Amino acid sequence: MLLIILPVMGFTAWFAWHYRGSNSRARYEPEWDHSTKLELLIWGAPLLIIICLGALTWMGTHLLDPYRALARTAATNNADVAVPPLEVDVVALDWKWLFILPQYGVATVNDLAAPLDRPIDFHITASSVMNSFYIPALAGQIYAMPGMETKLHAVMNTAGTFEGISANYSGAGFSGMHFRFRGLSQPDFDNWIADLKKSGGALGRSQYLELETPTENEPIHAYGTVDPLLYKAILNLCVEPGKMCSSDMMAIDVRGGLGLEGVNAVLPRELAYDKYVRRGSAVFGPAPQYVVGICSVAELGNTSTSPAVAVTQIQGAPLLGAGLRPPFRSAIHETAIPADAPARRTSNS
Amino acid sequence: MPEESPLLHFIFGRLTLDSLPLHEPIVVATFAVVALGAIAVFAAITYFRLWGYLWHEWFTSVDHKKIGIMYMVLGLVMLLRGFSDAIMMRLQQAIAFNGSQGYLPAHHYDQVFTAHGVIMIFFVAMPFVTGLMNFVVPLQIGARDVSFPFLNNFSFWMTVGGAILVMMSLFVGEFARTGWLAYPPLSDIAYSPDEGVDYYIWALQVAGIGTTLSGINLIATIVKMRAPGMTMMRLPIFTWTALCTNILIVAAFPVLTAVLALLALDRYVGTNFFTNDFGGSPMMYVNLIWIWGHPEVYILILPIFGVFSEVTSTFSGKRLFGYTSMVYATVVITILSYLVWLHHFFTMGSGASVNSFFGITTMIISIPTGAKMFNWLFTMYRGRIRYELPMLWTVAFMLTFVIGGMSGVLLAVPPADFVLHNSLFLVAHFHNVIIGGVLFGLFAGIAYWWPKAFGFRLDPFWGRISFGFWVAGFYLAFMPLYVLGLMGVTRRLRVFDDPSLQVWFVLAAIGAALIACGILAFLIQIGVSIRNRHALVDTTGDPWDGHTLEWSTSSPPPEYNFAFTPVVHDLDAWWDMKRRGYQRPLSGFNSIHMPKNTPTGLIMAVLAVACGFGLIWYMWWLAALGFVGVIAVALVHTFNYHRDFDIPAGTVARVEGERTQLLASEA
Repeated sequence: MLLIILPVMGFTAWFAWHYRGSNSRARYEPEWDHSTKLELLIWGAPLLIIICLGALTWMGTHLLDPYRALARTAATNNADVAVPPLEVDVVALDWKWLFILPQYGVATVNDLAAPLDRPIDFHITASSVMNSFYIPALAGQIYAMPGMETKLHAVMNTAGTFEGISANYSGAGFSGMHFRFRGLSQPDFDNWIADLKKSGGALGRSQYLELETPTENEPIHAYGTVDPLLYKAILNLCVEPGKMCSSDMMAIDVRGGLGLEGVNAVLPRELAYDKYVRRGSAVFGPAPQYVVGICSVAELGNTSTSPAVAVTQIQGAPLLGAGLRPPFRSAIHETAIPADAPARRTSNS
Repeated sequence: MPEESPLLHFIFGRLTLDSLPLHEPIVVATFAVVALGAIAVFAAITYFRLWGYLWHEWFTSVDHKKIGIMYMVLGLVMLLRGFSDAIMMRLQQAIAFNGSQGYLPAHHYDQVFTAHGVIMIFFVAMPFVTGLMNFVVPLQIGARDVSFPFLNNFSFWMTVGGAILVMMSLFVGEFARTGWLAYPPLSDIAYSPDEGVDYYIWALQVAGIGTTLSGINLIATIVKMRAPGMTMMRLPIFTWTALCTNILIVAAFPVLTAVLALLALDRYVGTNFFTNDFGGSPMMYVNLIWIWGHPEVYILILPIFGVFSEVTSTFSGKRLFGYTSMVYATVVITILSYLVWLHHFFTMGSGASVNSFFGITTMIISIPTGAKMFNWLFTMYRGRIRYELPMLWTVAFMLTFVIGGMSGVLLAVPPADFVLHNSLFLVAHFHNVIIGGVLFGLFAGIAYWWPKAFGFRLDPFWGRISFGFWVAGFYLAFMPLYVLGLMGVTRRLRVFDDPSLQVWFVLAAIGAALIACGILAFLIQIGVSIRNRHALVDTTGDPWDGHTLEWSTSSPPPEYNFAFTPVVHDLDAWWDMKRRGYQRPLSGFNSIHMPKNTPTGLIMAVLAVACGFGLIWYMWWLAALGFVGVIAVALVHTFNYHRDFDIPAGTVARVEGERTQLLASEA
C-alpha cells in the first residue's frame, strides 16, 4: 500500500511546491485536463494492488478465522490430536468475566490460565449486554453477546501474566472489566486447578444469579464445583428456574410452534431475582414476562407460579405447522396436574 | 417532589425536580455560563431591536442562501458544544492514571463521549455539509432557489429542533450512556431505563426528518432546475457530489428512522425487535444501523470531495483533470458505500467468507477514492497554484487524508480488524478522515464561498493562524492515538492501569488544546473580517477567478440570484463565458417570480420538539398535542394560497443598475 501512498504524498508536496504561482519557470497549461494513459494508470495501479491485497485478505481471513480449529500449536508444531483442547466457557457479566472450565468442573471470576502449547476452545456468551472478549497477548477479539455463542480457537506459547479486557463499551463498570490471563506450564496449570478445587465454593444457578447482579472492579475469586448445565442455561437465557430455554423454544417453533395456545405459556414474571424489574420495562408494554419451561413438575414446583395455571399438557396433535388444528378446537388443554405426575417433555433437553 | 400526586404525574410525566442535575457542579457551572451567554445575546438582540429583522429576514426566510448560512451557524454553535465534550474526554483520559479516577464519574463520562459522537456527526458535520450544499448548489446550476423553498425552511428548523433536544438533555435530565450508535441490549429499556436513550431517539428522529426532506429537495433541484444547456455531464463537480450525497441521504436515512422507530417500540410498548429474549435480535439493530451508518460517512465526505475539486481547479487556474472519471468515481463510491456495512463488526462472528467479502468490497472503495486523489494531483500539475486559504486546506487535506485512507484499508483486512477493532487506532482512523477530510474541506469551502455569501473575503492572516493550529493540533491529538491503538488500548475507557500510556494521552490532550486555539482563531478571523469588511470587500463577484456560475452574479447575490437565467455551453460555464467575452445585460429586465417567506416551518418544528419532549418525559398530553399540532399546521398550510410574489422589473433594474455602477467604479 505504501507503494501508492508514498508517491502520492511525494508528488503532492512536489507539485504543490513546483507549480506555485510565483514560479514562472514551471509550465502552465490551463486547458490540459485529460490523458488516457494517466487515467489508465490511476485506475489500474490501485486496482492491481487491491487485487493482490484482496487475494491475501481472502486467504488470511479464512486461515485466521477464529472459528477454525487450530492445525498447529506453534510455527513448527502440528496440533496433537490425542490431546483434547482446553475447553473454556466464557460469560461476560456486568462488569466482570466468568470462566467455566467444564473439563475440570471449576469456575473463576476475572482469572484464567492455560497450559502452554495446548489448543484452547473458547465458547463465549454474555448475560446482559454486548462485550468483546479480548486477550491481546493471545489472539484477536470476538464479541460476547447474550443469547448467542461465539467461538475462538487459540493457543498460548509464552509463559507469563497478561491482561484480558472487554473491547466493547458495556456500561458504567466497563473500564474496570479486565481480567488476569496466565500462560502456565503443565505442572503449574495442574496445581492451579487443584488449588481451585480445594479453595472455592459451588457455582449453581442461584449463586450465578447472585453473581450476575452488576458490580464494578470485581476481585478475582473461584468456585471449586460448577453445575455442569449452567453454561447451557446461561446461553439459552434460562438460568432462572422455571423459565423455558430459548433452545427449547426454537425446537418447538421449528416443529410448527404451539399456536395461539402457546400464549398461555407466557407468564408474568414473579421471580425473586429479576434483572428486568431491577432495571426498567416498557411503559406501555405488558408487565415483564417470560415463557414457562415445560420440563418436569419437580422443577416447576420450584417456581413461585401456580402449577394450575402454569402447566399445559399437550395431547395428540402432532406439532407440524400446517397440520395444527385451529386454536378454538385445539387439542392443547389446560389442566391441573397432580404433583407427582410427570409432565410431557417437549424439548430436546 | 414531595408527594407523587396524580395530577403532577399527569402533567410532568416522569420529570421531577430530581431530574435537574443540581448536584453536579460541572453541569451547573456550564448551565450558568450558557445561561449568561444566552441572556447577553437576547439582551443584545432586544437592545439593537433585531428581533423583527431576524424574524422577517432570517427565521421565516425560504431563501436557500439564508437557510444555508443558518445551517452553517448551527454547525458552528454545535461545534463548540461537541468540542467542549472532546476537551473533557481528553482531560479525563490524560489524568486518570495511577489510581486516579480523573474528574468525571462514569455516569458523566459515558454521557460525554456519547454526546460528542452524536453531536459531531448529526449536528456539526451534517448541518455544515447541508448548509454548504444549500447555499452553493442552486447558484452553481443557475437556479433562483431550490425546488421546494418552504420544505427547505422546514428541514432546517427540524435539524435545529433535534439539536435543541440534545442540548436540553444537558440541563433537563440526562443524555444516553450507550455510545453514539446506542447498540441494544444496552440501549433497551432493560439496561437503560432512564430518559437518556429517549433523548437520543427523538432528537435523531426529529433531525432525521429534516435531513431526509432536505435530501429530496436537493435531488429535485439538481434534476429539474438546471439552467438550459447544463446537461448532466456539464454539471459542476460539486453539484455532482451533492447529487450523489442526497441520493445517499434519501436511501439511507429512512433506514435510520425505521431502526430507531423499532428501538422506540421496544422501549415504549414492549415489542421484542432487539431484546435478548422472545426472539429479539440485537445484531439486527447493529446491521440496520450500519446500513445507514456507512453511507452516512460518504454523505459527509462526498460533497467535501466536490469542494476540493472546485478549489483545486480554481486555485490552480486550470480545468479539473479527468472530470468524467471524477464523476464515475463519485457514482461508484455512492453504490459501493451500500456494500460494506459489515466491516464495522467483523468481530461478531459472521464467518470467514462473509468477512472476506465485506473486507474486499471495502478495499475496492479505495480505488475510486484513489482516482480522485490522483485527479486533484494532476489538476495541480502544470497549473499556477495560488496559495489562498482554501488551497492551503486542500494541500493539508491531500497529505492527511491518504494516511487516514491507508489506516482504513488496514482496518478493512478482517484478521487485522480482530486486533484493532474498537481500539484507539480505529478512533484515530475515523478522526483522521473526518477532521482531515470533512472538516478541512469545510474550512476550505467556507473560505472559498464566504465572499460570495457576504461580499467580503475572510481575513487571511487569522485564517492562516487557524489553519496552522488545526493542522498541528490534529496531528498531535491523533497520531498518539494510532500508537496507543497499536498497543491495544480500547476506546471509551475512563481510567487506566498502565502508567506508561499516560504520556501519549497527555500529548493528545495538548493536541486538543491546539485545536481549541484553531477554533478560537477561526472565530477571531470571522470577527476581524467583519470589522475590516471594507478593506476585504469583493465588488467583482468573482474574487478567485472562478469557473462556475455562482461567480457570475454579484457578491452577495441578489435575492433572485440571476436577473436572467444563464445559458450553458460548456462544462466550466462561467470560465467559458468569460473567455468568450461575456457582457452583462444592462436592460430588458423582467419581473421575477419568487416564493414568499413563511413561519410555518418554524412553528411545525417547535411542535415537533414539544412532541419529542413529551415522549421523552412521558408527558403524553404534550406528545399528543405536539403530534396533532404538526399535522394540523401542515394541513392548514396547504390552504395558504399566498405563497409567491413577483419582484417588479423596476426593482430588478435598480439592483442590477447598482451593480453596474459598482463594477464601473472598480474598473
